[in-house]
Amino acid sequence: MNLSPEDITAILLSLKIAVTATLLSLPIGFATAWLMVFRHFRVKVLLEVLINLPLTLPPVVIGYFLLLFFGRNGWGGAMLRAAGVEFIFTWKAAVVASATVGFPLLVRSIRLGMESIDRQLLQASRSLGASWYDTLFTVVLPLSLRGMIAGSSLMFARSLGEFGATIIVAGNIPGVTQTIPLAIYDYASSPTGTSMALSLCGVSVALSVIILLLHEVIGKQLETRREA
Amino acid sequence: MKLSIDIQKRLGSFDLAMQSAIEGDHSGIFGASGSGKSTLVHMISGLMTPDSGELYLDDVCLYSSRKRVNLAPEKRRIAIVFQHARLFPHLGVKANLLFGYKRCHPEHRKISPEALIEVLNLGHLMKRGVNKLSGGEKQRVALGRAVLANPRLLVMDEPLSALDDSLRYQIIPYLRSVSEEFGVPYLFISHSISEMQLMTDQVMVVSQGRIEGISTPDQLARAGMANNPKGYLNLLRLNGAKAHDGLFHCPWGSGELIISDGKTGEESLFELSSRDIILFKQHPEAISARNLLECTVTELFDSDGRKGVVLESGGKTLVAEIVRSAAEELEISTGNTLFAAIKASAFRRLG
Repeated sequence: MNLSPEDITAILLSLKIAVTATLLSLPIGFATAWLMVFRHFRVKVLLEVLINLPLTLPPVVIGYFLLLFFGRNGWGGAMLRAAGVEFIFTWKAAVVASATVGFPLLVRSIRLGMESIDRQLLQASRSLGASWYDTLFTVVLPLSLRGMIAGSSLMFARSLGEFGATIIVAGNIPGVTQTIPLAIYDYASSPTGTSMALSLCGVSVALSVIILLLHEVIGKQLETRREA
Repeated sequence: MKLSIDIQKRLGSFDLAMQSAIEGDHSGIFGASGSGKSTLVHMISGLMTPDSGELYLDDVCLYSSRKRVNLAPEKRRIAIVFQHARLFPHLGVKANLLFGYKRCHPEHRKISPEALIEVLNLGHLMKRGVNKLSGGEKQRVALGRAVLANPRLLVMDEPLSALDDSLRYQIIPYLRSVSEEFGVPYLFISHSISEMQLMTDQVMVVSQGRIEGISTPDQLARAGMANNPKGYLNLLRLNGAKAHDGLFHCPWGSGELIISDGKTGEESLFELSSRDIILFKQHPEAISARNLLECTVTELFDSDGRKGVVLESGGKTLVAEIVRSAAEELEISTGNTLFAAIKASAFRRLG
């Protein structure tokens, strides 16, 4: 294994961005999934398309839209400037890029979990004196836990691999916004970088395997606990 | 408990319009599947909103389109026992039981968990996960959970349909005793006449989205006698059976009944079809049937071409069913003395 100090920084930065993006998206993802599963409203199909759009759009396109929105002349950019927040070409922009791209995966998994909840459990909860938000936190949330863990691990893994959107809104600045994929891109474009690139590829594979294993183990544990 | 209903609801091509009132702590809603009784229950408990009309439980307005009142389900204090127990799978038995109790305002908490656990015999289940319970145990926990919410009204929505016969009749005494012990009025929903006979004092009959009327379970059983494949089911609770020669002798009124499938010790419930009773005008010399009862005819009723004969023997009543021509031949009228022959094997033990 041949990792330079810059590579270590890139790995840590990747983890930081993926963790932040996932944690920030979880409550929003939960609320969105709940809205889609349990509520009836008119523009549901539209929201559905909007949520899933990042799944099919090239990440570069998403990155470009984010750049326009948060850039100097965009609404988001103006608001952030008013609040004194530096955004474009910082790690925060990478978080937003990762969150946008990974969000549909998160919502999808949570939805699957929620759809399998028996509606009569919610009716039982209401008739036993629990209000809708009480039911949301004491019945829906715990029963969606598996979906949330599955979705988070998928999203976390997707965030670690985010490239297209990130390079546009956050750039590729070593030590500031350079994540593992961006570092590999740099090594791949230099004639002497093959072994360095391969080391980082190895780290990528290892991280993915660990996440998928954790995902399986936690899923199994929740299942056996429920059966106990 | 008094429930006043005057509601309308359209669901696709199904049109529900119900107007009636039912009073009494052991009431029932009877109807075939698809008659609208489930929809009615959902609207009573607030899980579905009627299109228009009014709903009152005692003097509390649950719903009124005129006054723009639609009480949220959690504010109605109407707890439901579902057909399948629907226990919360992420909670243990204890947490399931206390779910409603914890959310009940302290001033309404009249039933204590300890007393309920005692009555429902749940003590040994408290530490178990809900998926490790049998069907009957699950239903008992679900019943306990609903009662511990200290509701104004307990709605039992076909709570026995998912259980097999022997379990069903083991649960019924619990359903009744819990309501009587703690004074919780209930509304029992079912399509089974015998369940209605065992659980309720008056019944609201629902058919095709309409309320056909209020009746007693006995009237209901009599009206359905001719069309029910088992006729009118006489339900007998018998105690103190003694085994003798492979048969069981059970005291019944001032006499006794001889039954093949009996049980000594505890009280048992038996059903006897009105079609398994043979009537004689005179005492037959010798018959193979083990029971021959001298009875007085107290009432005659018609059910779709059949005659129901209400018999009184030793202070107890039985309903026998005969075809009209037999009634004419035997010249049966109120006050007659008849002999009823019943085979020992005709009594079916329910639990």
